[in-house]
Amino acid sequence: MAVVETRNLSKVFKEGELGAVNNVNLETREGEFLVFLGPSGSGKTTLLRMIAGLETPTAGEILIGGKVVNDMTPRERRIAMVFQSYALYPHLTVYKNIAFPLKAQKVPKELHKQKVEWASSLLGIGGLLQRKPRELSGGERQRVALARAIVREPAVFLLDEPLSNLDAKLRLSAREELERFHRRVGTTTIYVTHDQVEAMAMGDRIIVLNKGYVCQFGTPKEVYDDPADTFVATFLGSPPMNLIENGDVIVGFRPEHFRLAEEIKDSDKVIFKFRVENVEYLGAEFILSGLLVGGLADGKKVIARLLLGHEVGVGTTYDFGVPERHLKFFDRSTEKKVAARAITWQ
Amino acid sequence: MMKQKIISKIIHKVILAIFVVLLAFPFFWMAIATFKQDGDLYATQNNPFLFNLAPTMAHLRYLFGQTDYARWLANTALVGVLVVAITLLLAIPAAYALARLTGRWGERLGIAIFLTYLVPPTLLFIPMSRVVAVLGLQDTIWALVLVYPSITLPFSIWLLMGFFKSIPRELEDAAMVDGLTRFGAFVKLVVPISISGILTVVIFSFTLVTQEFVYAVTFISPRSKQMVGVGVPNFLVLGDVYYWGGLMAACLIASLPVAFVYNLFLDRFIAGFTVGAVKG
Amino acid sequence: MAVGQAKIKSIGAAQSPLLGFAMFSPAILYIVLVVGAPFLLAIFYAFSDARIGSDSLHFVGLENFRSILQSPSFRKALQNSIIFTICAQIIVMVCANILSIALEKPFRGRGLVRFLILLPWVAPVSLGTIGWKWILDSIYSVITWVLVWAHIVKPYNTPMWLGEPKLAMASVILVHCWRLIPFSTVILLAGRTAIPKEIPEAAAIDGAGFWRTLFQINLPMMVPIISVAVLFGTIFTFTDMTVVYILTAGGPFDSTQTLPSYAFATGIQGSDLAAGAAVSLFLVPVLVVIAYFMLRLAHRAEVG
Repeated sequence: MAVVETRNLSKVFKEGELGAVNNVNLETREGEFLVFLGPSGSGKTTLLRMIAGLETPTAGEILIGGKVVNDMTPRERRIAMVFQSYALYPHLTVYKNIAFPLKAQKVPKELHKQKVEWASSLLGIGGLLQRKPRELSGGERQRVALARAIVREPAVFLLDEPLSNLDAKLRLSAREELERFHRRVGTTTIYVTHDQVEAMAMGDRIIVLNKGYVCQFGTPKEVYDDPADTFVATFLGSPPMNLIENGDVIVGFRPEHFRLAEEIKDSDKVIFKFRVENVEYLGAEFILSGLLVGGLADGKKVIARLLLGHEVGVGTTYDFGVPERHLKFFDRSTEKKVAARAITWQ
Repeated sequence: MMKQKIISKIIHKVILAIFVVLLAFPFFWMAIATFKQDGDLYATQNNPFLFNLAPTMAHLRYLFGQTDYARWLANTALVGVLVVAITLLLAIPAAYALARLTGRWGERLGIAIFLTYLVPPTLLFIPMSRVVAVLGLQDTIWALVLVYPSITLPFSIWLLMGFFKSIPRELEDAAMVDGLTRFGAFVKLVVPISISGILTVVIFSFTLVTQEFVYAVTFISPRSKQMVGVGVPNFLVLGDVYYWGGLMAACLIASLPVAFVYNLFLDRFIAGFTVGAVKG
Repeated sequence: MAVGQAKIKSIGAAQSPLLGFAMFSPAILYIVLVVGAPFLLAIFYAFSDARIGSDSLHFVGLENFRSILQSPSFRKALQNSIIFTICAQIIVMVCANILSIALEKPFRGRGLVRFLILLPWVAPVSLGTIGWKWILDSIYSVITWVLVWAHIVKPYNTPMWLGEPKLAMASVILVHCWRLIPFSTVILLAGRTAIPKEIPEAAAIDGAGFWRTLFQINLPMMVPIISVAVLFGTIFTFTDMTVVYILTAGGPFDSTQTLPSYAFATGIQGSDLAAGAAVSLFLVPVLVVIAYFMLRLAHRAEVG
């Protein structure tokens, strides 16, 4: 178990171009499940690979367990990694796949069987040991990859979007398995994903990355309820936060906070005229999209999310409101969070 | 870690240098011999790596002025063009038919055709020589034009089959819905798309013609009708005397153009050889 | 409605197997005639007394086989064919593996290096071999010159590269290797690049060093590709007569004869078509074995 730390870590692939990773500072906590979240090209995978030792940083330091590891090869860092494609050795049986790290680390042969059996029983794949990877399903392959990772009892787990190759249906159960696995084993884990639902569900803390920069580093609650900039605000939450320009700020509010004015109990609320253009019925909720009418916000597209029990007509204009405490403010030029202020919508 | 990287970089460069020298040296050597005067070439005490006497064009003048070399190059080119034409004419429809129209049988026939590639000229040349004589084609280039497609066809069909298979059927289906017959779709749609595959077959067949030796030496005796690959070893040696200068020039000139062109299409050839064995 | 039906009907007609048959039958016919028929003829000749210049053609049973099997030249040729092929394949595989590893990652000048490395393979066989004949000449060899300059051999006792049996055999193997290394390298390179990048990375993270990754991960994964290279390489070496013909003409004293070159010497130069055919038929067993392995590879590729 160890703490992973990066100091001013940067990676530039091509001279003169924007860095893939820019000046990232982070520190994991022991045993935590930390998520690197961001769209493709945000640098999250590059960051992970630098921690693994598969890419060399252009600047900055990486520390594992307090020691600077920049010059260490991957095998010296005592980390384990699960790749997006799982990278199982296709010509070896499951048993040999799991035993391979032991062989490579010159663990005495007598111990191999015991350790492989321990790892495979932890993941419930004891019955698959003699199969070859191509005979396994996606979920089974993930478990083999995890077993191969855990068998060396590494200090840190690195997972690179392991769920993105699975069918949507499988993804949910695989996700639960990963969470269960982490609770059982308790190793510090860094998990890379572009899926904000996964990040919110699994992460103890989330680092949100965009274009190689860290936008925010906090718990799911912090990044969702208190986003540091408009990127974080719109990246987390689906449908994304509504953003409306007003003077020198951008005001944001989440679709679930945008409701029929009469149903808002708060005394401090902002009311808009909202003409519904489209209604999507999703079973458990409605997604309404439409335009604000009148005042400074006239013509802006916004989305509302309502629970069951409302009949809303397309083309009709309603009074919709947002409780003032749910309004977020961002500076219009820097797009970063600023303090709440009084604004007018007329 | 840094030291390790530097060492491995050096080893890398050394390995490459060794192989490049070993493999390309003969051609470099040919180039030197081409321009060395005889007095320098045959003086064993001279350092062979240097031009101890001034370079000369004498060998080139000899080659093109006093031997049939140019004639051989022309012969080879002519046979090459004809064989390419025949190969394309037979291979393109065949490959298409096998790739598209005959289902499982197509696969099997395709493999059978590929296997005929494994029947070498050194097995067939003896009966062939008799057949050629009987047909009255002995000592003419037509013997080669007739026989060479047997070497170019199997691989060409195999190559094109792979190529056609990679064209989605939906394209032709769409064309047929728009009113073309299947043959029409073939001619107007598939062939134009496959130009690069067809070019590969052209280059491959042509280089095969320039390389072939067994049939060329078996079927053709008169000096003026030779292919360059046979003419050079057999006829540039007068009696027992090897005119090495001219010989080297001849080898160099005939090798380089082929090399340039082959290099351009290398990746396609590899795909043809390894089809199936390498996935994706 | 009528238009739609007409369209469907035309597609149906276009599926005609007749068109397919018409399209591939010229090629098939040609191959059967120009490859199949001579092949049968070769077998027939081997059991006959055919000669160049004579019209007689009688069945003589196993006479040809009996006489060539007794000939020491033939036995040497058979032995050489096997030795040359196996030695060449081993050397080529080792070298091609090393070279393909060196060429795998991009570097400045890789295109030029690739061009230079390919020269032995793309140049016509006979011409490249003549180049070697000059390099291996007993008097004027540049190799000899370098060895003399380095005081490794005495100037009056220079090696007869093509004149001494053992050296001549080594020279033939050398030229075969020289021709084949480019070909095999390029094929192995294709195989190497087909290995997903994450697999050697996973091996690195698992703790495997360079050699372990190479021998336990990369090479096993490349077995199909290596097989293709070995199979083709074997064919090219085993069935080649050009290198021997030009380099040594089978000499000195038949010590470098191979089956194909001996078949040529007997059948065409010696005018004994029947004996030549019989000799060349000995190529068939090896070719059949190779064909078997090729088929297995193709089948595995379909299934796997």
